[in-house]
Amino acid sequence: MTRTASVSSPLLPLLSGAWREEVVQHLEPNTVLLAAFEPDLDAALHFASGIVVLAQKQLLTHQAGSDVWQSWILSPSMTLDYHDHAGVGSLALCENGVLFAEWRYTLGQNPAALKLQAAFNQQVEQLAHTHTAHAAPTPLAEEDPEDDLAPPTPPSTWTLFRLWRFARPYQGQLLIGFVLTLLSTAATLVPPYLTMPLMDKVLIPYQNGAPLDFWQVGTYLSGLLGAGLVAWSLGWAKTYILALVSERIGADLRTTTYEHLLQLSLEYFGGKRTGDLMARIGSETDRICVFLSLHLLDFATDVLMIIMTSAILFSINHWLALATLLPLPFIAWMIHVVRDKLRHGFEKIDRIWSEVTNVLADTVPGIRVVKAFAQETREANRFREANRHNLAVNDKVNKVWSLFSPTVTLLTEMGLLVVWAFGIWLVSDDQITVGVLTAFLAYISRFYTRLDSMSRIVSVTQKAAAGAKRIFDILDHVSSVPEAKNPTHLTHVEGRIELKNVGFRYGNRAVTRGININIAPGEMVGLVGHSGSGKSTLVNLICRFYDVADGAILVDGVDIRQLPVAEYRRHIGLVLQEPFLFFGTIADNIAYGKPDATRAEIMAAARAAHAHEFILRLPHGYDSLVGERGQALSGGERQRISIARALLINPRILIMDEATASVDTETEKEIQKALDNLVQGRTTIAIAHRLSTLRRADRLVVLDRGQVEEEGTHDALMAKQGAYYRLYQAQARRTESDFAPDAE
Amino acid sequence: MMPATFSLTRNARGLLVFVDAQGTVHEGAVPVRAFPITAPDEGLSLVSPDGHELLWIADLADLSDTHRPLIAEALAAREFMPVIQRIVSVSSFATPSTWTVETDRGSSTFVLKGEEDIRRLAPPNLLVSDSHGIHYLIRDASQLDKASRKLLDRFF
Repeated sequence: MTRTASVSSPLLPLLSGAWREEVVQHLEPNTVLLAAFEPDLDAALHFASGIVVLAQKQLLTHQAGSDVWQSWILSPSMTLDYHDHAGVGSLALCENGVLFAEWRYTLGQNPAALKLQAAFNQQVEQLAHTHTAHAAPTPLAEEDPEDDLAPPTPPSTWTLFRLWRFARPYQGQLLIGFVLTLLSTAATLVPPYLTMPLMDKVLIPYQNGAPLDFWQVGTYLSGLLGAGLVAWSLGWAKTYILALVSERIGADLRTTTYEHLLQLSLEYFGGKRTGDLMARIGSETDRICVFLSLHLLDFATDVLMIIMTSAILFSINHWLALATLLPLPFIAWMIHVVRDKLRHGFEKIDRIWSEVTNVLADTVPGIRVVKAFAQETREANRFREANRHNLAVNDKVNKVWSLFSPTVTLLTEMGLLVVWAFGIWLVSDDQITVGVLTAFLAYISRFYTRLDSMSRIVSVTQKAAAGAKRIFDILDHVSSVPEAKNPTHLTHVEGRIELKNVGFRYGNRAVTRGININIAPGEMVGLVGHSGSGKSTLVNLICRFYDVADGAILVDGVDIRQLPVAEYRRHIGLVLQEPFLFFGTIADNIAYGKPDATRAEIMAAARAAHAHEFILRLPHGYDSLVGERGQALSGGERQRISIARALLINPRILIMDEATASVDTETEKEIQKALDNLVQGRTTIAIAHRLSTLRRADRLVVLDRGQVEEEGTHDALMAKQGAYYRLYQAQARRTESDFAPDAE
Repeated sequence: MMPATFSLTRNARGLLVFVDAQGTVHEGAVPVRAFPITAPDEGLSLVSPDGHELLWIADLADLSDTHRPLIAEALAAREFMPVIQRIVSVSSFATPSTWTVETDRGSSTFVLKGEEDIRRLAPPNLLVSDSHGIHYLIRDASQLDKASRKLLDRFF
């Protein structure tokens, strides 16, 4: 293969093996491979594999689902257009409005496709500018490491061992607990041992006519009592210590999970239901805690007991010991069989259970809608249905589960039978005494009862593992808004905001693309556009609730991804359409962003927000309780409290997302006055549907389907008679028709 | 009601060109189904690139023989919701899990990020979103073969 050497690129090894040789065959000799990508859909959107490679002067392809190679020589008038819809991306090669070829692919290939497009544009541009100068093409860097998602590695039952992270701080107590467990278990094994001499040296000689040795009887009986007392006190100590530790582990787990949850980006919360998250943090941690303090402890005790008992049994008589332990492997096997069925069943029960709570979480907040449309029966049916589902799954699991325990008991009885039979034969053969047999029976009946309870560990371990998995699902979730490794600190924020070629995609939908906006310090910019034009997305990106997919957002010239998230957000005041008030006093709510604010500061903020007066009209003034279960406030009042909240932290950047959309015109005027105070001297980004709200804006940016359509002052945009003009006219017409209800 | 006069053609760029009764030309018109999952054949809309409805098509059969194939082709090139017919294997029962499936559009593998990405949608349809946001459809879980049902049962 001489031609192999003539094609050079660090990309070559990245091509999958089947394509590599063919690509080399079809490329012009002595070329550098610049980019490659493998579309995975054919023209009818069926899965198939194809390839596109870009060399300096050539675009070579093997379309998915065809069997010919096609090649084009690059020309300056060629374009490679990108488009995506519903998870399918497409690249179209066109020249002068004529389509040459189109490639379709699932979005997994998107980074590679975009790289190819970028490289293509670079090449075409070079062709356009310099026909002669042979600018050395810069082969694109290899795949960014961040593009390679970590291979999915799911947790298993071993998840429980990850809880060690939370147990480590309590190592000392755990060790003491373990030693105590060891000692108390040993103490419980003494009484059966004493039955041996009691039988052989006291009872049987007496039955054979020898007198009772009261002294000897006394010694043995006090031994029994002593062992009982020691076992009792050690058992108390170990249970107490280990319960303490496990409660603490549970509490740590809960707190850590909640703290981690709060750090996650809005993207995570968008995809989760409240009921499910509440169940995870509440009941799952509790389940793990109970597992640790009760079931795991019992299990450890049982294992110790079995080991010690078998040691003692073997030391007395190994043949009988062997017969005694014979049923053990059978039980172990049975446990193993049922294990899988139960685990899967319990996970299903968990899922169904969150479905039941989800019905509640959906209905209760929307109760007004439910009642208004008289759909109580339908919601009740939905709940009944979820419950019925829950029952059905439970019934299925219980079928296996209920069979499990009686079978273990049956096996226990069989085991006892074996010991009796073998023991009687050994006694008749004079190999052991009656005392030894009695001791064996005493041991083994304990032994088997423990096996019975040990079998329960299967289900609780599975339940706890399922719970731990759900918790670690949260803990393992890395925030999609990661903290910078070497953060830059802004001591003083001017408030200059630059959006550079910003793109964002929500799920498989590209929401915004190629947005460039510069906002000077202290400027007020209004974002205008139809709903769904990407206004709120832009605000979410500026607040860094999400991270941009492409481009960058700079504040005072620093990429906001370089700033510590919490520090950055401290400079941002946010006023939302639906103001959220937490349960607490009005003062607490105003001071939410600055808990150490003085009363004077709080009142000053409230005054500036035109909230002071209505607050004083409330029965308890600033100490009135609001939020859920609290004082009912109107939309305008709540909004003014949230404006006061934003004013109090004195942010350099202010964001208003439809702050006056949900109130009437009269209230809007009140709020507007409050807002005017708020806006002064701050960089402000305001979204408003009602264009009249933006009268104070220095500049308006009109967005349409995720792209900037127009930019300028109200007057300039009106004069231009473009998209803004149309929006404005449409709204003016609507307002007129509002005032003329009997028109038509 | 379908307007009497309009024309629909495909240009060299591969885009649909719609000319309405007034003679306005809309290049890059896109057909969209109103109920892509529950009633794919009832109700289509031809939408202009800036999102305005140009033509409402109550039924594909109402179209003339010259227009119907154009619309059908454009739909085929645009709509992508593979219907899972068989779950061949899953890499693990805990998420994230890599699924290998057979769909009506050939076999594929994808990564399921979490159990919550399987959603009930107008029962008995299930919608499975993969890690890239591509939607796979399961028409009726009870109609899958036993092995697939068993696998699905571990997640949903």
